[in-house]
Amino acid sequence: MINSEKNRLKDKAFQYFGLGCTILGLLVLAVFLGDIIMKGIGRIDWDFLTSFPSMRAKKAGILSAWVGTLWMLGLTAFISIPIGIGAGIYFEEYAKKSRLANLLEINLANLAGVPSIIYGLLGLEIFVRSMGMGTSLLAGACTLALLILPIIIVSTREALRAVPNSIRQASYGMGANTWQTIWHQVLPASMGGILTGIILSLSRAIGETAPLIVTGALAYVAFVPSGPMDQYTVMPMQIFNWISRPQQDFQVNAAAGIIILLCITFLLNGIAVFLRNRWQKKVKW
Amino acid sequence: MKRVLMICAIITVLTTVGIVYVLFSESYTFFQTVPLSDFLTDTEWTPLFTDKHYGILPLLTGTLLTTAIAMCIAVPMGITIAIYLSEYAPKRVRSIVKPLLEILASIPTVVYGFFALTVVTPFLQQIIPDLSGFNALSAGLVMGIMIMPMVSSLSEDALYAVPKSLREGAYGMGSTRLQTSFRVILPAASSGIIVSVILAFARAVGETMIVAVAAGQQPILTGDPRSSVETITTYIVQVSSGDVQHGSLEYNTIFAAGITLFIFTFILNSVSFYIKKRFQEKYD
Repeated sequence: MINSEKNRLKDKAFQYFGLGCTILGLLVLAVFLGDIIMKGIGRIDWDFLTSFPSMRAKKAGILSAWVGTLWMLGLTAFISIPIGIGAGIYFEEYAKKSRLANLLEINLANLAGVPSIIYGLLGLEIFVRSMGMGTSLLAGACTLALLILPIIIVSTREALRAVPNSIRQASYGMGANTWQTIWHQVLPASMGGILTGIILSLSRAIGETAPLIVTGALAYVAFVPSGPMDQYTVMPMQIFNWISRPQQDFQVNAAAGIIILLCITFLLNGIAVFLRNRWQKKVKW
Repeated sequence: MKRVLMICAIITVLTTVGIVYVLFSESYTFFQTVPLSDFLTDTEWTPLFTDKHYGILPLLTGTLLTTAIAMCIAVPMGITIAIYLSEYAPKRVRSIVKPLLEILASIPTVVYGFFALTVVTPFLQQIIPDLSGFNALSAGLVMGIMIMPMVSSLSEDALYAVPKSLREGAYGMGSTRLQTSFRVILPAASSGIIVSVILAFARAVGETMIVAVAAGQQPILTGDPRSSVETITTYIVQVSSGDVQHGSLEYNTIFAAGITLFIFTFILNSVSFYIKKRFQEKYD
């Protein structure tokens, strides 16, 4: 066999190998989702959604967990969105090319890579102990807000950067100042991108378990939280609790809980993708 | 208005300061009782037992063992998929497969833990009979699947960003796609790929729920993937879910474990940031 034929054969071989790897990755995803649906789908009914957890697996439900997750989602969004967008605007529109800006940049890159459980330790000392919030929803939400802040900031910056400079210059040319330009021109034009980032970061937040374990989310909650200072549990926490029990019936509960958690996660991701596509189509510079 | 926005930005700095302060101050109390040399060289970690030992090594090897297994899956598979999608696959395939792989990345980690414990471990036990119910192997494999999309997605971005002229040059010289990929495109995109690998590594080191569910809670100093191991993150979870008195030495141990983890990921992140800034290839 001559050399070029050999090379072509190797090329083809790698093509199939690459295809194989890709299919394997997707296959794992399929097996994974299929397995969980088979285990859990039979367990989901109205009672499961409206019952509190119980020592008897068949009677247990996820009411306190999903209500807790909704509370957590709302509070986290309320805290992180204004700060995240504000910081993003500052980074992109004001703090350009200074030593401070450079420092902020390095800091941000590092924060994004800090493991979530470390945020849990931060929340435990600062929010739970020093600020006296105790093991409340608010303490958990503050911790998660700090955790997703880098994601919101980065996506806000990318969205702002996509707005062409000609828009800004036109606005300045009409006599607008920096803030007016940002508020009336740049922000509306980049809203799609910013929203996408926020939704993705929130979908990350509702799946987080580790920082909430550290800041004191409870494993067994037989009441619905009525305010931000109440104790709570969230869906991943409840799932973790069920997984850790040896009885088969609790594993079924865990699978059912996972189906609902995944539905929420995929729904949020779907909205984000939809927004991104719509926004990309609508805006053409 | 600028002031208000600046305060928002400064919150990110305060977060870092807060993390460093909390970790250092709490572990300072810990290291006043336990000498640093014991912490680094003792081969047993038993702060919750009566015979107390405070050696971080078992937790560290547990962490590195599961991470190493994960990297063995994620790096070869992730880079192969990245090359396939960027250099071989038709545009349509690429536009379908990429979002699907991103779904893998959006699944909460506690769900991966469930998968490792109830699917992968029983499956592996059929092949390896003396595999323990909680083991490093299963947790590591599933963690590899979890971080694989991170490697493939970031690497693919790096490969895709290599300008067309380089490909055309290689094809013009009579190279096959394989030769072009490995001798021209991959070296040109190497900094981006290295960054993706380092970030995935840092992610695996800090991963909590998969190992907490599937790898067990026994700090054994071992390199055997069949055995149950405890990682740094699992230990923090274990102590946090029990009731340990605030201010006790047991309480401080989670911060000593935390600072070890933080230093590790801090170094990895800094290296990747440096590579990104320093070796960014600029083609115009």
